[in-house]
Amino acid sequence: MIDLITAVFTRNSLIVAFAVIGATIWLSYFIADKLTAGRIHGSAIAIALGLVAAYWGGTVTGGTKGIADIGLLGGIGLMGGGMLRDFAIVSTAFGVQLGELKKAGLAGVVSIFAGVIVSFVVGAAVAVAFGYTDPIAITTIGAGAVTYIVGPVTGEAIGASGDVITLSVAAGLVKSILVMIGTPLVARSIGLNNPQSAMVFGGLMGTTSGVAAGLAATDPKLVPYGAMTATFYTGVGCLLGPSILYFCVSAVF
Amino acid sequence: MLVYGVALLSACLLLGMLAGQALGLALGIDANVGGVGIAMLLLVISSNSPRFKTLTSGAAAQGIGFWSAMYIPIVVAMAAQQNVAAAASGGLLAVVAGVAAVVVSFALVPILSRLGSRGDDA
Repeated sequence: MIDLITAVFTRNSLIVAFAVIGATIWLSYFIADKLTAGRIHGSAIAIALGLVAAYWGGTVTGGTKGIADIGLLGGIGLMGGGMLRDFAIVSTAFGVQLGELKKAGLAGVVSIFAGVIVSFVVGAAVAVAFGYTDPIAITTIGAGAVTYIVGPVTGEAIGASGDVITLSVAAGLVKSILVMIGTPLVARSIGLNNPQSAMVFGGLMGTTSGVAAGLAATDPKLVPYGAMTATFYTGVGCLLGPSILYFCVSAVF
Repeated sequence: MLVYGVALLSACLLLGMLAGQALGLALGIDANVGGVGIAMLLLVISSNSPRFKTLTSGAAAQGIGFWSAMYIPIVVAMAAQQNVAAAASGGLLAVVAGVAAVVVSFALVPILSRLGSRGDDA
């Protein structure tokens, strides 16, 4: 019986994912409605449940892909993987007016560079505060605070050690998860309620997954604006990290 | 036809990704620079243009709308496969660096948003 279920579920893993995610979202909206009286958005609860499940999956299997490392739930890896995520993000741009994008264009571009540099400086400063004096390690950890992709790309380019690279990935993951959870909580106080501030937000935060989930839990209408700038952020980070930013750190230390 | 919308969406993503990858190559980095953003721009331009009307109206629009409505479920699946365990076991340095970067960036959102609207008034 168990074998039968395992066989059917693994053979139809994407379909299992649709069903499981659908049930999770139903449960989340139920909780949001009944227990928080609508104060917390259903999708925020669903994303939080997803993260809890990912933590559990990671501890049980020791893998790197959260709940998707559990055999029967492997389809979640495909459903939430880069390909379908990007496809769905692009689809949210349907119906966006060009004028809205142009209005925040300059602020959006400025925010991408400001975001990369600020996150880098903060991350590097924390590394120094923890006693690091080697410019390669400081740069790599700073780059990890940019995103968990910029960290290892920079670290490998300038020859950082494996444990420093791991540390930079962990810093980037903390950032991404915190953006997912924190955005709906601070949205009101940072004025995140219009296309312009959403574009600035995407450029400053930059973590595609963090921005995608954070805005979804705040107001899905803002998603295309934030996602638009966020997708340039990692590229800019990979560009600046091993070059200008590393040179600046080397000049200081 | 519903699939026309889906096909347009696919074409935008593929073209955007190609452009992003080429841009990364031109800059000498092994990363896709803004592929998704370029794809979104292509979709915005085609959905605002009368030339693409058959691909962006009627049933075709529902094909794009379906994926747009699947966005939140896909994001939940994405959250469920994050490496949360690694983030939690990264130690104090990783947590402090990540949290500090987010807090400072959050604080900059209202400042830079104002910059945008001031430029607009001028």
